[in-house]
Amino acid sequence: MLGRSARDEQQLVEAIEEVPLASIYYHTHSFFLRHKYIAGPYPNDFATWAAIQVRDRVLGEKLGVLDPYDFENLESLRVEIVTIIEEHLSQLQIIPRAIFGEPFHFMQSRIIKVPTGLEAHTLTEFREILASIDASVIYYHTFEAMHRLGRKKGDFPIWVEEQLGLSALAQKISHLDPYMSSLEAIRHRIIKLCDEVLEKEAWE
Amino acid sequence: MSLLEDYRKVVPKGTIAFLQCLAEQVQGKKILHINSTKLGGGVAEILRSLLPLLQDIGLDARWEVISGTEGFFNVTKCFHNALQGQEQYFSQEMLQEYIESNRKNSQSFSLDADFVIVHDPQPAALVENRPAAGKWIWRCHIDISRPQWKVWHFLRQFVVQYDAAIFSLPRFAQRLPIPQFLIYPSIDPLSDKNRELSGDEQESILKRLGITPGKPLLLQVSRFDRFKDPLGVIRAYRLVKKHHDLQLVLAGGGAADDPEGEAVLSEVRETAQGDPDIHILLLPPDANLEINALQRAAAIVLQKSLREGFGLTVAEAMWKGKPVIGGFSGGITVQLAYGVTGFTVNSVEGAAFRIHYLLDNPEIMAKMGEDAKEYVRQNFLITRHLGDYLALMNFWRH
Repeated sequence: MLGRSARDEQQLVEAIEEVPLASIYYHTHSFFLRHKYIAGPYPNDFATWAAIQVRDRVLGEKLGVLDPYDFENLESLRVEIVTIIEEHLSQLQIIPRAIFGEPFHFMQSRIIKVPTGLEAHTLTEFREILASIDASVIYYHTFEAMHRLGRKKGDFPIWVEEQLGLSALAQKISHLDPYMSSLEAIRHRIIKLCDEVLEKEAWE
Repeated sequence: MSLLEDYRKVVPKGTIAFLQCLAEQVQGKKILHINSTKLGGGVAEILRSLLPLLQDIGLDARWEVISGTEGFFNVTKCFHNALQGQEQYFSQEMLQEYIESNRKNSQSFSLDADFVIVHDPQPAALVENRPAAGKWIWRCHIDISRPQWKVWHFLRQFVVQYDAAIFSLPRFAQRLPIPQFLIYPSIDPLSDKNRELSGDEQESILKRLGITPGKPLLLQVSRFDRFKDPLGVIRAYRLVKKHHDLQLVLAGGGAADDPEGEAVLSEVRETAQGDPDIHILLLPPDANLEINALQRAAAIVLQKSLREGFGLTVAEAMWKGKPVIGGFSGGITVQLAYGVTGFTVNSVEGAAFRIHYLLDNPEIMAKMGEDAKEYVRQNFLITRHLGDYLALMNFWRH
């Protein structure tokens, strides 16, 4: 926690300009790790705060549609968020404020990488492990791999293609949009895709 | 079989293996928890569950409790109230007694550990006597978002000597030159307060408490305290009673040695007089099975607090698959996702409306209860708490 908060949208934009990039990451990327079961209305904290706490649905919608993976790096994402809020404020006579709601509290996070000791060598093993692991492992191999490690598709499709030679399956996995989903939904969809391939193999 | 294995059947998939991986990195490390009481209160309840788990997973975990004179605990009680925003008077002697008592305690047990977690303001000044080695972390469980500033600044001189601080909600964070972490408190799903009860067990407890099943039961479990708004709960119940034949149980304790509590209890009794469907139960602090049985028997659980620290009674009820209607305050807002795991309300009328709505829609009530239980499974169980502490220890390894 940074010990910094914003009570209105002007304070929000000023703080967004100044906080460390790790805080921008926390509020735009780690959402799924923190909301494994029930997601808020939007997949980033700035949008959700504007819509729920300030009751400024317009700003909530404008920020909510942002896909952080469209940006080269966190700095350009920060610039875009600031631009959206400033443009929005320039059209208003008063600055929207959290009158009844909670202020926005800035946080930051650090991902701690822990080896699970689990290894998959076949699609069956991959499917079984995927079904039983902690959801944070899925986060690491999708969101974290895409953002910090620069693997645009995430780890799963790359491994399926390179190690198993299953290009069609890899393509289907890479087409799943994790940002519009949840960790459990990603788990279920990948397992379903694996099952389709395994069932087909069993028939052949 | 290890103690942690017992939790496998109730925690999210992969949790136990993940905890074991996290613990592998810090095997054998010494962790010392220090607080001011072994019995009573949320901190002791959490530590009673957490310590055996820390030991089970391979850490050398200890729990020490500070001692002090009546004068010392009077000072720390004033600290507690002042940090939560009540105006209190402090003399120089009182502050001196606090420092001196902490100094004496620092010599009464070993402070040697890799990680020392000091809970709440009472033992915070122990840090003045910290050994050179080891990380010291101040764990604050109370709401210090609007403190009496003079007291906070007195306490702050000790807090800044720690390596980090932990708070239960983002809005409790302060401007501090040390890292501040967010860790939610938790419930133990296998404790007497939360474990599954057999039908017979539940029935006999309810019988002993004089509660008869039949009419839908509304329940609030809390101290008789104005901030918990028991009178507001009775008013909400009466608004709904016009449409539904239901009963209300207000269960709590701690009134005997609390003059304010006794006054509130008298008012509650007076307000409830003449209504045989309102049950006021004074429970001892260790009435865990009784609370468990009441929460399981309830149709809807209320926690209509006007101010709240975290309000773990909400998670307890959610774990039993109950829809909860809570006041829009403190940690209740974190536990109740509006319309999904429960409802937060801002008035008596709001509470009455949501009780009425849920009783009229049993299928929504059932779904909300299911979602509530799942939400607690993911976010508020002791295993997640254990993981947070292990992650914190790993944080300093990297």
